[in-house]
Amino acid sequence: MDVVVENLTKSFENQKAVDSISFKAKRGEILGFLGPNGAGKTTTMKIMAGLLTPDFGNITFGDYSIWKQAGKIKSIIGYLPERNPLYDEMNVIDFLFFISKLHNIPKYKITSRVLDMIRLCGLDNDKHKQIGELSKGYRQRVGIAQALIHDPEVVILDEPTTGLDPNQIFGIRKIIKEIGEEKTVILSSHILSEIETTCDQVMIMSNGKIVANGTTSELRRKSDAEYCLKIGIKGGATINIHEALNDLPGVLHIEIIHKQNFELQCKPDVEIEKSIFNLCQENNWYISELTPVQTRLEDIFRKVTQNE
Amino acid sequence: MGAVKVIINKELKVAFNSLLIYIAYTAFLCVTGFVCWFSGKNIFSSGQASLSNLFNVFYWTLFFLIPALTMKSISEERKDGTFELLFSKPIKTWQLIMGKFFAILLQVVICLALTLPYYITIASLGNVDHAVGFCGYLGLILVCGCYISIGMFASSLTPNTIVAFFITFAIEIGFVVLFEFIAELWGSGFMAALFTYLSIGEHFDAIPRGVIDTKDLIYFISVIIIFLALARHYICKNRF
Repeated sequence: MDVVVENLTKSFENQKAVDSISFKAKRGEILGFLGPNGAGKTTTMKIMAGLLTPDFGNITFGDYSIWKQAGKIKSIIGYLPERNPLYDEMNVIDFLFFISKLHNIPKYKITSRVLDMIRLCGLDNDKHKQIGELSKGYRQRVGIAQALIHDPEVVILDEPTTGLDPNQIFGIRKIIKEIGEEKTVILSSHILSEIETTCDQVMIMSNGKIVANGTTSELRRKSDAEYCLKIGIKGGATINIHEALNDLPGVLHIEIIHKQNFELQCKPDVEIEKSIFNLCQENNWYISELTPVQTRLEDIFRKVTQNE
Repeated sequence: MGAVKVIINKELKVAFNSLLIYIAYTAFLCVTGFVCWFSGKNIFSSGQASLSNLFNVFYWTLFFLIPALTMKSISEERKDGTFELLFSKPIKTWQLIMGKFFAILLQVVICLALTLPYYITIASLGNVDHAVGFCGYLGLILVCGCYISIGMFASSLTPNTIVAFFITFAIEIGFVVLFEFIAELWGSGFMAALFTYLSIGEHFDAIPRGVIDTKDLIYFISVIIIFLALARHYICKNRF
């Protein structure tokens, strides 16, 4: 089921949390929301989950609109809130039974669905434990299990791996990738590596707006308008080298990283390596390092969110 | 009704898995048992098998017990953020409220059922009109319904359970003691009649004597509905 968001706007006391955003999430694709804290990711997800009403705009899940079929939508989406609130005093299996009954799953299917979820989320050894006794990683697994128990068409996960250790993150990512093959998955994070490894489509939000949108490779290509190099030059004073590099044709920006190591950004069409070589030859300096830097999602993220 | 039943089951399961309910039942039975059988004004001192004394003791003990049962009902959901979880499921606010209300009412009914040995003892000591006994329990359940709805309303106002407990207590005192007192101060006239009408005691007094008036039934049901509607309003208003 495809999810289409059109001109979504939501304000809280004169502050626009979400400012007229539009995007589309397709079935069988994992869409990642990326953005600094307070960018509007959680608000957007809460609106999608039917917890908040937008001031303006529309979201459609297949043929259902949030304005007309809000109740129906709640039964076809699975939502994992950011704080992952659970009933600590219940045990895992009772909790999952409770959620499946709330979803009106037919009686004869409930047990098999609960057991499937326990298996999928790796909760086999902890199913009789009280939720309050579980570690953060296992709580997160219970959160994901409750979001998936009714076999939803669309899964919305708000920061699913926050606060987990690397092994737990790996486990949760594996689950997300598995479910992403058949369903529409929308997840948010402010951890870039997570989005980069998990998502097919990335959307970067800042101050309530979408500032970049595309697949990771598309975003990378867009930002390849600049060519980035890491250079180490020795044999002269740092300040002289810095000035000389700055005067080279086509250089946009140069930064001293450490002693005589620099990061240089230039236009892609100039043969900067040649100019650097000639410069060193003229001044009797020598090159200790020359590495092209591939633009990472992190750089794109930093660039688009700092410009705002 | 499906969702209401699911909420009732879950609430009862959680309640009977926690120690609080057993402490509350023990405290209730200890207090009522002591007042009924051992205190200076015990049942034997009157020399007759009277039920009104018994119901009076229950009435006042429940006055203190119910705020303890209701204080967590909504405030804890808000504090823990579980509203966010519940309302992302296909459930309506009124279903949640009804589920919680009936779950607490059932806990109170079980508590009252545990006092049946008292009733049987009194019935075996002398002649007791069982219809009056039935009316007494019915009256108590109606009063408890009011206390529970007041408690749930108070619980919807704040995420702090202790604050919810004291707000419930304050509103209960208003309905049980204060309105009667104000009516007495006024003496006569419209205001006196109004405050007399608002007082819970005014409506409860006749029921354990075996008189069930529709006026009283309407009063109890109205109080329950008004406070549950207010609770719903505050849940929707400060949900997240």
